[in-house]
Amino acid sequence: MTAAPQARPDKESGALALEGITRRFGDFTAVDDVSFQVGPGELLALVGASGSGKTTTLRIAAGYDVPDAGRVTLGGNDITRVPPERRGFGMVFQHYALFPHMSVEHNVAFGLEARGVSKVDRLIKARAALASVGLEGAGARAIQSLSGGEQQRVALARALVIEPKALLLDEPLSNLDPTLREAMRDDLRRMLHRVGVPALFVTHDQEDAFAIADRIALLRRGHVLQCGTPEDLYNAPANREVAAFIGRGAIVPAVDKGATAEVTIGGVKRELPVRRPKDAPAKIDNAFLVMRPNSLEMSKGAGVFAWRGRVVNRRFAGGVVVYRVELSDGVTVEVESHAADARENDAVSVSPLKGPFPVVAGGEK
Amino acid sequence: MTSSQRRTNWVIALPVIALLVWAVVYPNIAVIVGSFENGLGHWREFWASPADHEALTTSIVIAIASVFASLAVGVPLAFLLGRFEFPGRRLLRAVATLPAALPPLVGVIAFLFLYGESGVITRAIQRLFNMAEAPWQLRGVGAIVFVHAYTMYVYVFLFVSAGLERFDASLDEAASGLGASTWQRLRRVTIPLLMPAVAGSALLVFMNALGSFSAPYIFGGGLRVLSTQILNSKINGAMGLAYVETTVLALSAVAGLALFRWLDRKRKYTLAGKGGQPRRSIKSKRVQILTSIGAAIVVIALVLPHLMVILVSFARDGSWTTQVLPPEYTFENYRRLFSEAELWRPITNSVSMALIATAANLVVCFVAAYLIVFRRFAGRRLLEILVALPWAIPATAIALGLAATFNQNNPATGRVLLVGTFWILPLAYFIRDTPLVASAVESSLRQMDASLEDAARGLGASWLMTMRRVIIPAARPGLVAGGLLAAVAAVGEFVASVVLYTHANRPISMEILAQLRALAFGTAAAYSVLLILLVLLMTLVARSFEERLV
Repeated sequence: MTAAPQARPDKESGALALEGITRRFGDFTAVDDVSFQVGPGELLALVGASGSGKTTTLRIAAGYDVPDAGRVTLGGNDITRVPPERRGFGMVFQHYALFPHMSVEHNVAFGLEARGVSKVDRLIKARAALASVGLEGAGARAIQSLSGGEQQRVALARALVIEPKALLLDEPLSNLDPTLREAMRDDLRRMLHRVGVPALFVTHDQEDAFAIADRIALLRRGHVLQCGTPEDLYNAPANREVAAFIGRGAIVPAVDKGATAEVTIGGVKRELPVRRPKDAPAKIDNAFLVMRPNSLEMSKGAGVFAWRGRVVNRRFAGGVVVYRVELSDGVTVEVESHAADARENDAVSVSPLKGPFPVVAGGEK
Repeated sequence: MTSSQRRTNWVIALPVIALLVWAVVYPNIAVIVGSFENGLGHWREFWASPADHEALTTSIVIAIASVFASLAVGVPLAFLLGRFEFPGRRLLRAVATLPAALPPLVGVIAFLFLYGESGVITRAIQRLFNMAEAPWQLRGVGAIVFVHAYTMYVYVFLFVSAGLERFDASLDEAASGLGASTWQRLRRVTIPLLMPAVAGSALLVFMNALGSFSAPYIFGGGLRVLSTQILNSKINGAMGLAYVETTVLALSAVAGLALFRWLDRKRKYTLAGKGGQPRRSIKSKRVQILTSIGAAIVVIALVLPHLMVILVSFARDGSWTTQVLPPEYTFENYRRLFSEAELWRPITNSVSMALIATAANLVVCFVAAYLIVFRRFAGRRLLEILVALPWAIPATAIALGLAATFNQNNPATGRVLLVGTFWILPLAYFIRDTPLVASAVESSLRQMDASLEDAARGLGASWLMTMRRVIIPAARPGLVAGGLLAAVAAVGEFVASVVLYTHANRPISMEILAQLRALAFGTAAAYSVLLILLVLLMTLVARSFEERLV
C-alpha cells in the first residue's frame, strides 16, 4: 500500500519541515518538541485524539500561530515568522470556511484576486479548478446550495487554484457522512498526489489516515510518539502507547528473549517470534506482546497447548466473526475467525498463529 | 496568538478605547468630581432640598409604574396576537409597533393634541356630556405613565412575541399530556419560560422611563423628576447641584440595572424550540366579536396619535382655540418650512448631525465589535464595558457630562471647547447610539465562522482585502440595522439636545418645542410629520441596502 513519494521535478517546491516545535499556552504545553518532514508529493497525516496538539501543529505549519521554540522550513528556508498571507500555502479548514456571501467560483477565485490576477483569468482558472474536482458548471451556485461533499471539493479547489507550495488540511473528512467519506478518501489521495507538493493533514480517525497518508505522525500530549508508514505503525509500533492507539489488539505481558518472547496465560506458556521496534535494545525488560485479532485462532472446546477462555461477546464483521474472549489471568483478547458457530459463554481455546508479533516496552497505557 | 498579533490588536483597539474613555467615561467622572467641588456642600444642598427629594422619588415611582403599565398592555397583546386567530388580527399586528416609530417628542405632542386640556378627545367628551370643565387633566404622574405605556409597551410586546415564537409547542403538549390544566400550564410552564423575555423588556422600559425627559417636561406641570431638575439647575447656573442630581440619576439607573441582573440571576435555560404553537381560532362567536371590537379600538388608539399629528399639521396656526377639531386647514405650514430659511435650518441641522453621528457610530462600533468578537486580548472586556456603558447612563446625565467637560479649551486635561459649537450634538448622538450599533454589529459578526478570516489570509489576502471582502460583508446586516436605528434616534433626538443645543445648530425637536411654546401647533405638527417622513425614508434606504445584500 505504500506509495513512493512522487516528486515532480518541474515543480518548484521543497520539503516542508518542522524542527523541534514547542508551543505553550500558559502552563500548558500544547506541542512539545515536535519534528517531522513532508517531502514534495508526500502525504503526511497528523493523527491523535483531541487535545493531542495536532491542530496547533497544523496552525503553526500554516503560519496562524508562531511556536515558542523550533522552526518551520520550506525547501530549507526558514518561514517560521512568515504570516499565512505570504506563505502561499493552500489550506482546507475543518468546516471548509467558504465565504457564504460569495458564489462558488468567487470563492475559488478569491486567492487569485489577492494575487492580482485579472478578473477574466481568475474566473477561467477557477472554473478549471472546479472541473478538476468534479464540479464543472457549479461556479455560479451559492455556497448554501451545496452538499457537504461538494463544499469539501470547493474548499479543495480553492486551496489548489493558487498553486500552493504546500497543502494543509484540517480534518478534511470529518464533516462527511460515512459512505461519502470512504469515497472521498480515494479522491483526496489521488488529487493530493497529483499536485506534487508536501501535503499535511490532521485527523483523529486512523482509518482516514491509513487510507490516505503515505506516512503518519502519531501525536499524544504534544509529543510525536512515532512517525512512519501505516504498516510501520501497525506492525512495528514504537511503544505501548502506539500499539494501543493504532489498530485493535490485546497487549499482554511477555518475557523478551531477543528473536522470540514467552507469553504465559493460565499456566500455558508459548514462545512466539517477535518483530522489534527500530532502535529497541536487544532485550526489553517489562516487555509486552501485541496480539492482533487476525494473528490468533480460536476453536471450540479445550485444545492442547492453547489458552483456555470463554466467549464474552461476538460481532459479525462481514466475512469473519470477531470474538471477544476472556482468558485466565484477566487477559481479554479479540480473535477473528471464519467459524461462526461459537456463542456467548461458550468455552473456547485460543492459540497464536505464526506471527511475528510486535513486542513493545511497557510504560503508561 | 503571537506577540505581533497582540500588538496589532492594541494598535487597532487603543484609538477606540481612547475615544470612548474620553467621550463617555471622562465626562461622567467629571460630573462626579464636580459634585464634590466644595466638599459635601452640593450633596448637603441636595439632601436638604424637598424639591430634589420629590424628584428622586417621583422618578423612581414613574419608572416602576411605567414598567407595570407597559407589561399590562404588552403581555396580553403579545399573547392575543401570538396565540389566537380572529378577524382583524393582521391589521392589529401591523400597527402594534407603530408607537416605536414616533420620535419621543412627537408622541408626546400627539397626546397633547388628543388628550390634553384642549385636545380633541377631551373636548369631544366635554361637549358630549355638556361638562363645564375638561373631564381630566393630562398632567402629573398619571399622564406621564400613560404616555410611557403607549410608547414603551412596544419593547414588552416585541420581546414577549419573540419568546412565544421560540416557545417549543411540545413543552405545552408534554405538560397537558402529564395532565396539567390550561391554568396550570400557563402558571408552571408558559409564564416561567417567558420570564427572561419579560424581564429583559421590563429592564428596557425601566431604564427608558427613569431617564425619560420629554413626557415629564411637557406634562409634568409642577411635577419634578430628576431629569428635568438637572436641566433646571443648569439653567439657573447651579452647576454643582446639577452634578449631584446627575450623579444620583446615573446611580439610580445603575442600581436598577444591578437589581434586574440580580433578580434574573438564576436563569440558566434558553428557549430554543422548533417553533411556536399554531394560532387557535376563537370558537365562541360572541368572544370572537368582542375580540374584534377590542382589536378595532386598540388599532384606533394606536393610529390616532399619528393621524392627529398629520391633521394638525394642516391646521392654520392660531386658528385652533376652543373648537373640538381645528377649524381651518392650509398647506401654508409646509410651504413655510420649505421656503423660509430660518424654518428650514433645523431640518438640515438634524439631518446632517444625525448623518455625522451615525457615520462615526458605524466606524467606531464596527472596529469595537470586530475586536470583541474575533480577538482574544486583555482589552476586550474593557471594550465591551465601554461600548455598553452609555446604555446604563440616562441621556440627560450624558448631556450634562458633556456640558461640564467640553466647555473650555484645555488640551492638558483633554478638554476641548465643544459646547456652543456645532459638534457637541453629533458627539452626544454618537455616544447615545454607540451601544445600539455595537450590539447590532456584534450579533452579525457572531454568526460568522471565525475561520473565514483565517481562510482569507491563508489565500494570500491582505488585511485590507480581508476586511473589505470578508469581514465587512459579514457585518453588513448589523451595520445596516444598527445604522438605521442610530440615524432614526439621532434625527429626532430631544433629551440630550435640550441640554446642549444652541440657536444655530438647533435640531428639529427643539424647533417643535419652540413652535409649541409659541402656540404655533400647525407648524409644530408639520415638523413632526416631516420627522416621521424622514424616519420612513431612512427605513426605505436601509431596506434597499439590505436587499442588495442577497
